Amino acid sequence: MTVEEHALEHAAPGHHEARTSTGLDNVKVGMWSFLASECLFFGALITTYLLYRGRTLLANGQPGPTPAEVYDIPFTSVSSFVLLMSSLTMVLALAAIQRGDHGRTRVWLLTTALLGATFIGGQVYEFTTFVNEGLSISSSPFGSAFFVLTGFHGAHVTVGILMLLTLFGLSMGGRLPTENARTVEMVGLYWHFVDIVWIVIFTLVYLIPSE
Amino acid sequence: MATTELAALRRGLLARPTATTGRLSWLTTVDHKRIGVLYGYTAFFFLLVGGIEALLIRLQLAGPNATVLSSDAYSQLFTMHGVTMIFLVVMPLGAAFFNYLLPLQIGARDVAFPRLNAFSYWLFLFGGVYLYSSVFLGGMPDGGWFGYAPLSEQDLLAHRMDFYALGLQIVGIASLVSAVNFIVTVINMRAPGMSLMRLPVFTWMTLVVAFLLLFAIPVIGIGLFQLMFDRLFGAVFFNPAAGGDPILWQHMFWLFGHPEVYILILPAMGIVSEVLPTFSGKPLFGYAAVVFAGVAIGFMGWGVWAHHMFTSGLGPVANSAFALSTMFIAVPTGIKIFNWLGTMWGGNIRFRTPMLFSIGFVAMFIIGGLSGVTHALVPSDYQQHDTYYVVAHFHYVLFGGALFGLFSGLYYWFPKLTGRMMSEGLGRLHFWLMLIGFNLTFAPMHILGLQGMPRRIYTYPDGMGWNFWNLVETVGAFTIAVSILVFMANWIVSRRRGAEAGADPWDARTVEWMTTNPPPPHNFDEVPVIHARDEFWHRKYAENEEGVPVPAVAGAADEDAEGSPIHMPNPSYFPLIAALGLPLVAWGLTFASAWLIGTGAVLVLAGLYGWALEPSSE
Repeated sequence: MTVEEHALEHAAPGHHEARTSTGLDNVKVGMWSFLASECLFFGALITTYLLYRGRTLLANGQPGPTPAEVYDIPFTSVSSFVLLMSSLTMVLALAAIQRGDHGRTRVWLLTTALLGATFIGGQVYEFTTFVNEGLSISSSPFGSAFFVLTGFHGAHVTVGILMLLTLFGLSMGGRLPTENARTVEMVGLYWHFVDIVWIVIFTLVYLIPSE
Repeated sequence: MATTELAALRRGLLARPTATTGRLSWLTTVDHKRIGVLYGYTAFFFLLVGGIEALLIRLQLAGPNATVLSSDAYSQLFTMHGVTMIFLVVMPLGAAFFNYLLPLQIGARDVAFPRLNAFSYWLFLFGGVYLYSSVFLGGMPDGGWFGYAPLSEQDLLAHRMDFYALGLQIVGIASLVSAVNFIVTVINMRAPGMSLMRLPVFTWMTLVVAFLLLFAIPVIGIGLFQLMFDRLFGAVFFNPAAGGDPILWQHMFWLFGHPEVYILILPAMGIVSEVLPTFSGKPLFGYAAVVFAGVAIGFMGWGVWAHHMFTSGLGPVANSAFALSTMFIAVPTGIKIFNWLGTMWGGNIRFRTPMLFSIGFVAMFIIGGLSGVTHALVPSDYQQHDTYYVVAHFHYVLFGGALFGLFSGLYYWFPKLTGRMMSEGLGRLHFWLMLIGFNLTFAPMHILGLQGMPRRIYTYPDGMGWNFWNLVETVGAFTIAVSILVFMANWIVSRRRGAEAGADPWDARTVEWMTTNPPPPHNFDEVPVIHARDEFWHRKYAENEEGVPVPAVAGAADEDAEGSPIHMPNPSYFPLIAALGLPLVAWGLTFASAWLIGTGAVLVLAGLYGWALEPSSE
């Protein structure tokens, strides 16, 4: 997606800069549209969770793990904090490449990816603990809704980490010049969006108690 | 040394193909016109498949206690008929028009993301191939196109509804990607002077459809994922035995499904809004009203979904609210219809084939719209629910509506595509055969439905009073089939031997006719500067004192191309490679084969990385 408009730049003779009707960059409008769509993606998952969080009975009718029993709020608060800090380092990475400071760009890209990976590590630990406590994707509607919602969020973070590491690799090979700061900006938009979704999930899923 | 070799190797792996002619170049094309053609032919192929399924259904139902099809085969056929016609015919036929026309109508050289556009097409094709591969892998989906749980979760070993869940997911991703592409294209790629209120109505409706897709596809995507997790990984979302709620699926499905109705009909409404003014020799009556009615439908379409679920026991408050919103959404549709009538009123009407189909659209859509309003009345809907009355209603809007509109567009823009005219005689034959066959097939379904004949039954006993009309319907269905054969003959012959169309065969109004037929790869030698709505018309005609159009003195002629060549985006292998991975992943998930999932994932990743890293041009 990222190099598409370069080709179209050349398609418009006489103009080196891509000129668009609104003056906004094509890729940026496309990314915002995609993120708008993602709002309904996570909206549908969160709605399902809110509907099912109280349905904790196991299939055999016995009481299963409830949200209040399994959630470890202090632990998840720490991993949420780690993810939020990764948004800060993402901003620093963008600022660095915009000033042409490629050394710092690489430092902050890698830091962002590592913070994201730390969050994913926390999620893996959390999932393992929950399964040991008897909550699985098939134990109850609550289990299905919880694992699919947070699992899809984790998959989004993982895709973000892959993109950050790709940018890091490109930059190491000298293939991420200052003119491509826009690519870093786009990955940043995605990354911040995934963080914001986590704030919503953390609030609605973990912090607000269910009856 | 080593680095230059590596660079050369990398270039060898990632070099972009440059051929834009020849059969193989269709695999790598990023030209929106060629992608539009691919969409069109593929969708028409699926139309034939879905049509043959419909004929088999009608053969089975022609008389009581028939044995043409088994109950099992019938369930597969009616499910795949619906899935095919909606996801593999009407949506992609709309996409064919968006692809081919939208950049031409806004004076652009291509869409915003040409490779993404190719990716959409390949995903759609491979999604369709994956869905139909079920024929050889244990049977086609058999739970209805709406896939209601818990029925859709039965027979976990028979994989049929796995094909449904994953196939629609792939086709949905294709639609989502193209929605992003078209939104950016309309917002950002307009020619100088092409303000939003100068956009052709077809472009406007495309924009509304793109936004509907953008927000509706993720909802069905989640529903399908939940179905997939239930079926493949033991989740219990829709499993009532384990505390899940099958009604949740209905909400997910129809929260997508009702906007989907407008996704299907708005492209046809856009086409009709182009054809009626052209053949009436008048501007569209109430342009702003038509545009805002379309936008209003786009918003209100989100507030009516539960009228598909009146009988599921939502309670009187919800039923009343959705009854009201459903009646209310008829208002913007009515506005459009009156504007189309106003466009024809007092016009200098030429009854050419595209015009016939557009008038047919308006007439048939009114019938379907009115029967739709009767569904809004909850007590009446209780009576009609799950009967042939509903089948009659949605065929009047989707066949009499959407498909008539799309055929109108095929006839109207055939000269644009080929530089030749289609035969008027065969076109008229096609129209009248189809109109008669259509009404023979679907009008009696109103009667049968009100007499209580349920949908989705593979046979019925003698003595119910249903025999006569069922036979009439079968005769009608085969009349439609003949009309489609006439259309195909007309298309094939006219492509080779049709009369030369010239530059402006219909005395048209919009920007796509300001270039040659067929257009060059770069669309316009010089990007036009837009001064008015119906720009082309205003370049051809001025008005005298009474407001009657008279030919303009000068300014209509195209100017010669400038000397410098215009560079278009190079073709690319990677959209095809990335798209090829997804059905492999889907087959792998269906049959629990880690090997296939891995291969597919590697293909997707390789395609996306190649895509991101390949040079922007050679």
